[in-house]
Amino acid sequence: MTDDAPGDTLKTIDLAAEYEASGVREVLEELERDLIGLAPVKQRIRETAALLMVDKARRDMGLSSETPTLHMSFTGNPGTGKTTVANMMAGLLYRLGYVRKGHLVTVTRDDLVGQYIGHTAPKTKEVLKKAMGGVLFIDEAYYLYKPDNERDYGQEAIEILLQVMENNRDDLVVIMAGYADKMDQFFSANPGFRSRIAHHIDFPDYTDQELLQMSKQMLATQNYELDPAAEKAMAEYIALRREQPHFANARSIRNALDRARLRQANRLFTESSGPLDGKALSTIGESDIRASRVFSGGLDVDHPVQKEAAE
Amino acid sequence: MRITQGCFSFLPDLDDVQITAQVEYILQREWAVSLEYSYDPHPRNTYWEMWGHPMFDLRDAKGAMMELDECRKVHPDAYIRVQAFDDTRGFETVMMSFIVNRPAEEPKVHMQRTDFEGRSQKYAWDPR
Repeated sequence: MTDDAPGDTLKTIDLAAEYEASGVREVLEELERDLIGLAPVKQRIRETAALLMVDKARRDMGLSSETPTLHMSFTGNPGTGKTTVANMMAGLLYRLGYVRKGHLVTVTRDDLVGQYIGHTAPKTKEVLKKAMGGVLFIDEAYYLYKPDNERDYGQEAIEILLQVMENNRDDLVVIMAGYADKMDQFFSANPGFRSRIAHHIDFPDYTDQELLQMSKQMLATQNYELDPAAEKAMAEYIALRREQPHFANARSIRNALDRARLRQANRLFTESSGPLDGKALSTIGESDIRASRVFSGGLDVDHPVQKEAAE
Repeated sequence: MRITQGCFSFLPDLDDVQITAQVEYILQREWAVSLEYSYDPHPRNTYWEMWGHPMFDLRDAKGAMMELDECRKVHPDAYIRVQAFDDTRGFETVMMSFIVNRPAEEPKVHMQRTDFEGRSQKYAWDPR
């Protein structure tokens, strides 16, 4: 990056200047600002960024020539921000020059595995071609491997992936995501992946406090706000929702807020008799949140029988 | 005889780095890259065999280069060309085309003269 050094290799390198110039700082600041909680993840990403910067500096000085293995695995429960972080990771790798284009291609098993013999390889290759120069994010990666069916085509996709992960390390970074326990099973059944993945990052669940903060932030971006009673109701909602099945952290909160907005709109529509001001239109009240089924013992889609019994 | 058609065909053959750079240019113009091959380089043979589908959602040249390697492996003695297709309404046509692979020994294009009415002649070319 500095022009004053004669010859092919640089003699000294200013990491701080490099840090500024590469734009890594912006990504890390964005990470800090936009993501609530996730302290261990942020820590790992900062460490990874530092490692990559040093590695790049070493390569610039001719101390090492190998491309480090950058494939990663993100483990954690649903809605803990894996895709968001993968997106930022793609930006980070792009700014550090480890991937050429820095786009993120998100796929699941369906995009990689075909339905009949000879269908899988072209499908997987198509996805890989698209992801070249960027980051391939395989969501729910453990689905690729189905131990109960030895003729499953997932194995074929796995073999192609492993080959590309090894041979095209300069062209593509693969991030695999999924639940921690299932990913562990997946990696123990496919030792090839474990050895090719250098960075394992674990995403913890959000605390109730963080989820409440997040819900306020989500509403703020849409120009809504919670009144104090509604905020209290939301805090209770989060605690209750966590105990119920299919809790998906931030995603559950987002859905809950979407439904609350629906109820708020309905309430305004049926109750209002005069002109409404901006405040009324953008305030979510306690009743909008309290009306949720979570407060009356859960989502009835999950317990159809129980619901009938209750009635 | 060296077959010349499409871009760059009077230049020395492009190497893979140069091809990659050209494909990058194509992608930068948001054209779709596709590969075609043929064993019949006759200038009138416009429609070559397609190698896979046109790659509409490619972001990086590497994807096309992988296909090219694959195609070269299967058809080392074919003519292979890279084409760039512009799907903008009003164009919808090939914007660029260049040969990236030639057989080790290229056929000669032979000219055939045929006498016709009076003393006029008809010409035809065929690669041999």
